[in-house]
Amino acid sequence: MSAATLGDALGPRGRRRVAIASVLATVVLAYALWVAIRRLYVAGQLDAAKWELLTRPEVIRFFLGGLANTLKVAFVALILAALLGGVLALGRISRSFPLRAVARAYVEFFRGFPLILLIFFAFFALPHAGINLSRYWSLVLALTAYNGAVLGEIFRAGILSLDRGQGEAAMSVGLPYWPVMRLVILPQAFRRMTPTIVSQAVTLLKDTSLGFVVGFEELLRVGQIAGEFGRNPLQTLSLVAVFYVMVNFTLSRVARHLEIRQRRRYRAAPIEVAGVEDLVAVGAGAEQQPKGR
Amino acid sequence: MRTTAELALASFAGALVIGVLVAACRVSPVAPLRAAGTTYVETFRNIPPLVLLVLFFFGFPKIGILYSPFTSAIIVMAVYTGSFVGEAVRSGINTVAAGQAEAARAIGLTFSQSFVLVILPQALRAVVPAIGSLFSAILRNVSLASVISVQELAWVSERLIADTGRPFQILAGTAVAYLMMTLPSGYLFGVIERKTAIKR
Repeated sequence: MSAATLGDALGPRGRRRVAIASVLATVVLAYALWVAIRRLYVAGQLDAAKWELLTRPEVIRFFLGGLANTLKVAFVALILAALLGGVLALGRISRSFPLRAVARAYVEFFRGFPLILLIFFAFFALPHAGINLSRYWSLVLALTAYNGAVLGEIFRAGILSLDRGQGEAAMSVGLPYWPVMRLVILPQAFRRMTPTIVSQAVTLLKDTSLGFVVGFEELLRVGQIAGEFGRNPLQTLSLVAVFYVMVNFTLSRVARHLEIRQRRRYRAAPIEVAGVEDLVAVGAGAEQQPKGR
Repeated sequence: MRTTAELALASFAGALVIGVLVAACRVSPVAPLRAAGTTYVETFRNIPPLVLLVLFFFGFPKIGILYSPFTSAIIVMAVYTGSFVGEAVRSGINTVAAGQAEAARAIGLTFSQSFVLVILPQALRAVVPAIGSLFSAILRNVSLASVISVQELAWVSERLIADTGRPFQILAGTAVAYLMMTLPSGYLFGVIERKTAIKR
């Protein structure tokens, strides 16, 4: 598709050149792959024994347990963060100044703060204040605190992207604040932001790997433990990476699909997150710039 | 704090280079390069950076690839963020009006000439805001390096929390330190953004 926009249909000479370049590129890529495999082979990392461990039922069960933990944390944190985000978004567009200020301060603080410190803090520091959380809950709490701020911004962008007339029309037929929000504004805003929300879910899922630092047995920790046990960290950690790619790739596809469907339904580009289509599927891009530019 | 800034700047530079290369691959007329670019993006975008870091630091020494924690962190962050930059630049390329490319072809520029001289500068200008937000993401993601004991801001703060037993003060201090980096860099990118904005 891009080739079509960047140049016209190629003539015979151009086609020949592209063909030659294709062959060359294939050779170079194949060579790089071969070097990598050879390196693995020489270091004895392709030996059956190293991989055989991964096929044992108890190891597989161990990994699936890690995957389940990862998904569980991600799911719970996503739900809680969505609730928190909804509250924050309403706070940020509220008419009362203190509410706006509080919501704003919350968002700015938690959005600019490294998640790893939040998790660390929730697990090691909160006990000083008399709050003892399990590994699981401190991870969920930190993820919620952070993603709540991000989702809050996403929701706010969604609400602001609506035509003002929507709210005004609803008010003018005599609806009070809450029904206006609940029946008119929020459903539309939510629908508009679905692709962005899904891509934030991908980011959240990736961030659950930070549970590693407090020893929560999510996928990465499981891979690490199995790697130490079987002395094959390269293999187990690669497997972890494969798991993540599978789950997140699927989610990204869903986000993409939703977005395309939405585009078709509303014609014009509905979301103005960072302006450009693919950024919506890009976690960090969407994560940072949800202000309705 | 200085280490954090160094890590962030170095991996940001790496990510920019990788990103532009990947984006160039993805729009190239050469099919294998396109496939390689896509694979790169889809792979690294979907793996948590911490997994990459642990894999690189604990797994790769087995095949003789061993770097210091500091260098490892830079390489991993550059590789990871590179996939995001690549996507951003590619979407920037898609926003450049098709007429620009056609005009470039019409005056007889080759594909690579029109790409480097006409398309890329405009695309990069279009994605400055996105790249700015990626930089502040890097600033925060670099904190993962504390896991392999690079002594950057998060590591220091974790240490202080453990040593002093005054977590709340330390947390507030760390927050200020991060703000001292994210706010100026955000402002700087705001300025760059205004300077380079394409007036349409």
